[in-house]
Amino acid sequence: MSEPNPLPPPGAALPHYVSDAPFDPSREPAGPAFGLGNASQLRLIWIKFRRHRVALISGIFLLLMYGSLLITEFLAPYRLDTRNLDFIHAPPQRVHLFHDGQFIGPFVYGQTMRLDMAELRRVYTDDPTDPQKLRFFCRGEPYLFWKLIPADRHLVCPAEGGRFNLLGTDRLGRDVFSRILHGARISLTIGLLGTLVSFTLGIVIGGIAGYRGGWFDHGMQRMVEVIQSIPSIPLWMTLAAIIPLSWSPLLVYLGITLILGMLDWTGQARAVRSKLFALREEDYVLAAELMGARSPRIISRHLIPGVMSHLIASASLSVPGMILGETALTFLGLGLRPPVTSWGILLTEARGINIVALYPWLLWPMVPVVLVILAFNFLGDGLRDAADPYR
Amino acid sequence: MLRYLFRRLLIMIPTLFVISVLVFAIIELPPGDYFESYVQELKMLGEPTDLQEIEALKARYHFDAPAPVRYWHWVTGMLHGDFGYSFEYRMPVNEVVGDRLWLTVVLSVVTIAFTWLLAFPIGLYSATHQYSWGDYGLTLLGLMGIAVPHFMLAIILMYFANIWFGVSIGHIMDLEYLDQPMSWAKFHSVLSHIWIPVLIIGTAGTAGMARRLRANLLDELGKQYVTTARAKGLSPARVVLKYPLRVALNFFVADIGSILPAIISGAEVTAIILSLETTGPMLIRALQSQDMYLAGSFLMFLAALTVVGVLVSDVALSLLDPRIRLTGRRG
Repeated sequence: MSEPNPLPPPGAALPHYVSDAPFDPSREPAGPAFGLGNASQLRLIWIKFRRHRVALISGIFLLLMYGSLLITEFLAPYRLDTRNLDFIHAPPQRVHLFHDGQFIGPFVYGQTMRLDMAELRRVYTDDPTDPQKLRFFCRGEPYLFWKLIPADRHLVCPAEGGRFNLLGTDRLGRDVFSRILHGARISLTIGLLGTLVSFTLGIVIGGIAGYRGGWFDHGMQRMVEVIQSIPSIPLWMTLAAIIPLSWSPLLVYLGITLILGMLDWTGQARAVRSKLFALREEDYVLAAELMGARSPRIISRHLIPGVMSHLIASASLSVPGMILGETALTFLGLGLRPPVTSWGILLTEARGINIVALYPWLLWPMVPVVLVILAFNFLGDGLRDAADPYR
Repeated sequence: MLRYLFRRLLIMIPTLFVISVLVFAIIELPPGDYFESYVQELKMLGEPTDLQEIEALKARYHFDAPAPVRYWHWVTGMLHGDFGYSFEYRMPVNEVVGDRLWLTVVLSVVTIAFTWLLAFPIGLYSATHQYSWGDYGLTLLGLMGIAVPHFMLAIILMYFANIWFGVSIGHIMDLEYLDQPMSWAKFHSVLSHIWIPVLIIGTAGTAGMARRLRANLLDELGKQYVTTARAKGLSPARVVLKYPLRVALNFFVADIGSILPAIISGAEVTAIILSLETTGPMLIRALQSQDMYLAGSFLMFLAALTVVGVLVSDVALSLLDPRIRLTGRRG
């Protein structure tokens, strides 16, 4: 027996039908059409990204790192330029919990210095009778928060009259740990700002080339080929050598950022261009054109959002290159100069083979550099996998 | 094939031309020139300035002429093999550069060979043992290679080579061979020094290449013909080596174009730390003292080296894969 046809015969009116099931408009209707199938693209990306554990952890790590930039002065036990002339090239102090078998909370032993005249170096030894208890959320060295607000709260400070150098001190008796925290401000933002520059250039130039095509596209292609065929570090070196010595540190910082960004847009521009080549044939672009939208509007409102997720993924992969670029330029003496402090500057101060042999703790700045670069790589990988959640 | 080669050579000309304009613009950008700073330095030291010689040099290299004229002289000079004059060394650039350029070429070629030899088995292993501990370990190791700055790697390696092997590294050959003509002893000396810079420069490139080979091979291994081959009972090694590897190899050759600039970049920084007798240290000194012809010619050399390298990789690729020759019409 066949199913009865639910439709009335042609021409007749449909019967009026109202479902008498209770209806609560505030509740999400269930059913397959409203599950994942209806989730927004951002949500899908997030769901897919979450599955990449390492990328997720890296992302959280980077968020914490960038978050710490806001409160560097509070986190660092010392100021950037505080010098302790009695303790030059002092090794890291280990944090202990037990003194004489008794728990007294985190503390460090005071150190005594003696000059080893035979080897001509300072020798520091822990003084086991002098436990210096660390204080937390304490009043310590006064500082200007963001160079504006005077304050003296620190997350951790040494005991009254004592000192606390978690990662040792450098040749001027400055605390390496505090300097790493302060250096992060410059190093981490240089990568981000540089990527912002290259990102903007890439989107604008690649967008116009991809949408318009023609001579602009041709010109861009050649330009990209040329820039990509010049080895980047010599080019950076040449451009950085142009920055006059008389510039203020802030200007030099901006200049370096600009240089790093200006030479990095080529990859972005190519990616945008090839994606737009495909997208501009879509019907919705034709519809927008027919409704009289101009090219800037079509590119920015209709085309770029379609490739944004890919762009963000590839941008996160280009940040580490910039951070490394800054360290390399600074190391060569062409980048930032003291008193500005970046990880590149800290590593430059650690150059020389005798440092590796005598004061290996000065190499600590390498650890954050490596960790941040690894994290960006993993994050970028995860974002790239998640960028196209419909696949 | 000849036509393809010819076309590629033709495309090189405008590329090199634009590069030369760019390089010239860059070295012209800084205010002042070498002579100004040189004369000032002499005045500060209170030494008598030999203005006549400087005037002669200025006239010879058209320093008072407008930029386009100087550019014209520079470029036409290069076409004749005259790369200008290094004011700091008081010698033609050709003589100053001399061996250094060749050592840079040798270093780059050896590094690429090293990168291949290492990246190839690693990529193959990672792809065939996806998500195994070996794969994870190698990936992490490779990422470390990317993440550690070249110069720190160089310094640390220098230290440990000194402690473990008792050799002082640095320089690309024993110093007594520096200006000697090529001989077996010199060759041997270069060979015993070159492995450290190669190791330092090659690590990052190896890591990147192994990762890309892995990705490409994985794409290829998921295809149906591989399943078919497996179903027909081919041995696992043959299944991988016969076709998927060949297809993935294409990209391996094509990749030279992208790793060559990176290798040259890395080589410059490493060379400065290890004081290798390549172009790096000299380039940075030329940049700092505004010795513009020397710096410009170096930059031009390096760029030309890359362009030629890319050409070689493209030609090799077209030999390997006939499809590229036939459809490569768009360049």
